Amino acid sequence: MRDRPARVLGKATRDAYGETLAALGHENPRIVALDADLSKSTKSVVFAKAHPDRFFNLGIQEANMVGVAAGMATTGLIPFASSFATFLMSKAFDQMRMAVANPRLNVKLVGSHAGISIGEDGASQMGVEDLALACALPGFTVLVPADGVSASALTRVSAEHQGPVFLRTGRAKAIEVYDERTSFRVGGSVTHHLGRDANILACGLMVAEALEAAFLAREEGFDVGVVDLYSLKPVDAAAIEAAASASGRIVVAEEHLHHGGLGSIVAQVLAERHPARMVSVDLGDRYAESGTPEAVLEAYGMTSAKILAAIRQVIRGDLVPDQA
Amino acid sequence: MTASTALSAADLRSRAPRIRADALRMIAGARSGHPGGSLSAVDILLALYMGVLRHDPARPDWEGRDRFILSKGHACPALYAVLAECGYFPRELLWTFRSLGSPLQGHPELGKLAGVEASTGSLGQGLSLGLGMMLGHRVRGIDARVHVLLGDGEINEGQVWEAALSAAHLRADRLTAIVDVNRIQLDGFTSDILELEPLADKWKAFGWEVFDLDGHNLDALLRAFADARGVEGRPQVILARTTKGKGVSFMEDNPEFHGAPPTAEELERALQELGVTHA
Repeated sequence: MRDRPARVLGKATRDAYGETLAALGHENPRIVALDADLSKSTKSVVFAKAHPDRFFNLGIQEANMVGVAAGMATTGLIPFASSFATFLMSKAFDQMRMAVANPRLNVKLVGSHAGISIGEDGASQMGVEDLALACALPGFTVLVPADGVSASALTRVSAEHQGPVFLRTGRAKAIEVYDERTSFRVGGSVTHHLGRDANILACGLMVAEALEAAFLAREEGFDVGVVDLYSLKPVDAAAIEAAASASGRIVVAEEHLHHGGLGSIVAQVLAERHPARMVSVDLGDRYAESGTPEAVLEAYGMTSAKILAAIRQVIRGDLVPDQA
Repeated sequence: MTASTALSAADLRSRAPRIRADALRMIAGARSGHPGGSLSAVDILLALYMGVLRHDPARPDWEGRDRFILSKGHACPALYAVLAECGYFPRELLWTFRSLGSPLQGHPELGKLAGVEASTGSLGQGLSLGLGMMLGHRVRGIDARVHVLLGDGEINEGQVWEAALSAAHLRADRLTAIVDVNRIQLDGFTSDILELEPLADKWKAFGWEVFDLDGHNLDALLRAFADARGVEGRPQVILARTTKGKGVSFMEDNPEFHGAPPTAEELERALQELGVTHA
């Protein structure tokens, strides 16, 4: 972790998901896919082309789609239902609650276009409460990949896991973080480095930003580590505790609202197991707006620079400029 | 029950009063529950479980079984009483309805009680689940049918019509919906809360084969289920015209008994009217 991280754009997590799901379809005839007229965007279209007899486009009906997926699961199938993260979680929440979570059915829900990195389409399409909603559901596993490699691995993990899963994917090409040697599991995490001065706990696109920020902090003489908490639920509490005990200072970075996402989960674990100073980098308590992905990410603070400022704040007690 | 053990309409008719009495006893015992919509659904449930469905109470997880979903989950006292009648569990268990630790939840929950196929109670969800089961059977090559019982008030929910559109599009001909048209929902008569008629025209327009009949006529119910089985290429709906609170004079057509339990005295009168005096 001495060299500056290479910022090489790889696959979008949604592309890795679609390709991996199609491959899984060849391996397991019980895997089926559903979509609500967004298959070209969620990339379930890759599965649809490979396995047309096991693909169901329900039309623009998220609630019905989740119910249908639950019914399929009771017959021994492994359904993957995809839509935009916000439509899936917001429009079909009651169906996830009673038809999926209550009986703990083996349904996989994949929400793409999460976060604000979709850019131009604006707030109505941005999944920014999805993690809070998904984590609230009893028995749900919630997974957030950082790049194409981890998205592919976590798609496979989702298929192999028995029980409901919410997998979050994004539209934007993701900076490559992992190679094929890294392994991923439900309840796991990846500790890139444990720092003595502070540790950044991140998920999704913010992992690459965290690695960049940790490098910049080290240039300033701070020993800062990064932990990718890709499994929000169940979360790797031991990894959070290790990060807190190594440094006593935590920065959480996520492409999600302030309430109910990774920051809330980490704060709860810290309070229960190892109280530590914590600063959050997230979207706050507001919706974002249209713009190029780069401009929107910059404007709403989803950057390594913002994480670096948070590192300085948590270490020195500096004030970070107000997000608004 | 296989087709060979299916009961006649006359035999089903003879069992109906005790099923109604059991449902009312459960609700009175729990001091909560939904008598009106339970009583209206009894004949439909009896026809299905003892005259139509291919199922085996000794093997509730048999992959080839026909499925039934009580989408109007609040009518579960009637479902539980019929499941006990079929032998899914001992009848004594009925008296634990809604008590802490009982598998007989206030609304049905999948995984808690043998014979219950879905967690329902949040209205509007059952038809989607049934469609998913039917498609699952299709993908897996399982030869079975799926039946979903909806309330007429329940079909206020938009999700029902999402599922209705999809089922017709997907040519879900092994899916049969039954609407318990008892004309009353919690706050009053359906015609006052949200008009549903012309109901048959709506389902026809959505691409369903419609059977419109008296939901307390067991001969008519058995005939409709048999005819529905013969329909190819599209799903079927049975509009079962029923009386809310059927069988108990002071509950019939009375919105007050949608979700209020009978008092001990009312239960006694109800049992007398049903001709069921002892457990």
